[in-house]
Amino acid sequence: MITESDIEHIAELADIGISKDEVPEFTTQFNAILDYFEVLDTVEGESAPDAGIVNVFRDDEPRPGLSQEEALANAGSTENGFIKAPRVM
Amino acid sequence: MKTIVGLEIHVQLSTATKLFCGCSTDYRDDEPNTHCCPVCLGLPGALPRINRKAVDYGLKVAKALDMKVPEESEFARKNYFYPDLPKAYQITQYDKPLAVEGTVEIEDDEGHEKIVRITRVHLEEDPGRLVHVAGGSKYSLVDYNRSGIPLLEIVTEPDMRSPQEARRFLNKLRTILEYLGVFDGDREGGLRVDANISLEGSERVEVKNISSYKGVEKALTFEVTRQKNLLRRGQKVTRETRHFMEGRGITTSARSKEEEHDYRYFPEPDLRPLRVADRVAAIDLPELPVARKNRFMAQYGISLNHARTLTGDPKLADFYERVASVDPVLAATWVADTLLGELNYRDMNIAAVPAERIVELLALLKSKTITDTAGVQVLREMLDACAAGKPCEPPAVIVEREGLARATGDEFTQVVQKVVAANPQAVEDYRAGKKGALNFLVGQVMKETRGRADPRELGRIVSEYIDTGGV
Ligand SMILES: [Zn+2]
Repeated sequence: MITESDIEHIAELADIGISKDEVPEFTTQFNAILDYFEVLDTVEGESAPDAGIVNVFRDDEPRPGLSQEEALANAGSTENGFIKAPRVM
Repeated sequence: MKTIVGLEIHVQLSTATKLFCGCSTDYRDDEPNTHCCPVCLGLPGALPRINRKAVDYGLKVAKALDMKVPEESEFARKNYFYPDLPKAYQITQYDKPLAVEGTVEIEDDEGHEKIVRITRVHLEEDPGRLVHVAGGSKYSLVDYNRSGIPLLEIVTEPDMRSPQEARRFLNKLRTILEYLGVFDGDREGGLRVDANISLEGSERVEVKNISSYKGVEKALTFEVTRQKNLLRRGQKVTRETRHFMEGRGITTSARSKEEEHDYRYFPEPDLRPLRVADRVAAIDLPELPVARKNRFMAQYGISLNHARTLTGDPKLADFYERVASVDPVLAATWVADTLLGELNYRDMNIAAVPAERIVELLALLKSKTITDTAGVQVLREMLDACAAGKPCEPPAVIVEREGLARATGDEFTQVVQKVVAANPQAVEDYRAGKKGALNFLVGQVMKETRGRADPRELGRIVSEYIDTGGV
C-alpha cells in the first residue's frame, strides 16, 4: 500500500515537482498499478520467454560513433564542445 | 588507538571500447564529446551491449586475487541525478557482483606479511567528466568521452591499520593489475579511491575523490590527525562523507542531502545476466609479483629488497631480466639502486633505456675496467643523451672519450707518489694514528684521477705505500 508520503518521497527522488493537490490522484494511480502487478504475479506457468538467455556479449571492436555536432545536437546549451549543465557542488 | 581502513578502488580497464557500446576509449587529448554514441549519451531507445573483454578482464583480476565467481551475476541500475550521468542512472552491479572473497598479501608496518581481504569486485560504467568553470560560475561543463568506460570496482574489508598500509596495499594492487595487463598505469585518473577510515570505537568517515594512489596516504594521514584531535578535545567523530582536496592535502565535509543514498537499485532490464564462472578455468594468468619476486631471489641470488623493487613494476622486472646475464647481483644493484634513482631524477621511463647499453656498462664494471664512480658518470651521460632524444653511445666509447678507464700501473703509482709528496703534514698525521689523514690522502688521489680509482682499494694502497717506506 502506497501512502501519500511515499508519493512525495518518490517525486523528490525522481526530481519531479508535483503540487499538493496532485498527491491523492497519484497515490490512487500508483496503488492501481501495483494491484495490477499483483494480478500478474498470480499467472501460472513458465517464466519469461527470455529466461535462460545469458552472456550476451559484444566483441571489443571500436565502431564509429557520433560527431561532436551530432552529440551536442540535443543539448540545451553548449560551450567549446562541452555541454553546459547547472553547477553542482 | 587502532586505526581501521577499508578501501574502494575504481580501476579503468584498458579495453579498446566502452563497457556497453563500441565507442573508442582512446580519447586522450581529443576534443570533448567526440567519443560518444546514443548508448553512452543515454539517448532514448539506445540499448547497451556488454563488452566481452571487460568481463574477461574482471575475471582475470578475480582469479589473480583468488576470488570466488558466483554462478550468476547481474547488472543493476543505480538511480541518481548528476550532470555527469546522462541516463540519470549508472549501470553497475549490486547484489550479484562478478566475484567475491579474495585476498591480497602485503607487508604490515613491521615488515611482516599480512592478508588484506577483498570483499568483492564488480563492473560498472564510468560517468562523464565534469569541468568546473573557475570564478563562481553558475554552470559546469560536461564531457561524455569518459562516459561508459569500463570500471572495475574493488572493495576491501577494513583490514588495513595505518595510512602507510593502505598505500602499500594500493601499490601492490596496482602492480598486480599492471602485471595482468588490464590497466594502463600511465593513464591519468585510471585508478581512483574512496577510503573508509575510523578510530576503534568511533564513527566511520568516508573520504571520496582521491584521484591518485599517492594521495591516499596523505588523505588518510590528515583524517587520522583530525579524528584524534576531535576525540582529544572531548568531541565526537561524525559519521559523514568528506572530500579530499588534493592540492591542499585536507579533507572537507561534503554536505549531502539526507536521502542521497536512496539509489533504488533494480536489475538492469536491458541486459541479460552473466553466467561466467566456467570461463575462469580457461584464463591464463601471467607470473604474478609475489611469484616473480621469489623466482628472482632463487634464480638470480639477489636480496629480498632488490627483488621487491625490481618486481614492483613489470616493465622494470622485464628490463632487469634482459640485463641480468652479465652478473645478476651486480645488475640488481645497478638497476635497483642507481639506475632507478637516475631515472626518477630525470623523470624518465625505463622503456626509454636501451638494455644492451646497460649490459655493456655492467660488463665494464664487472671486468673492473671502470670504477663505480666512473660507471655512474657514464650512466648519466647515456641517460642525458636518451632524455635529449640523441643516440645513446656505447659506454666503451664514452669511457674512451672522457678518459674514464680505471687508473692502473705507472700512472696510478705516480699519482699516489705525487699526493703523498705534496702532503707531508697529512702523512705525519697518518703516522701519528689520525684516521682522518688517510681519508684525506685517498680523497686527493680520487680528485687527481677523477674517480678512476676505487676508494676502498686506494685506502689499502696508500697506507701500504707509506708503511713500506715509499717515502
Ligand atoms: Zn558510446
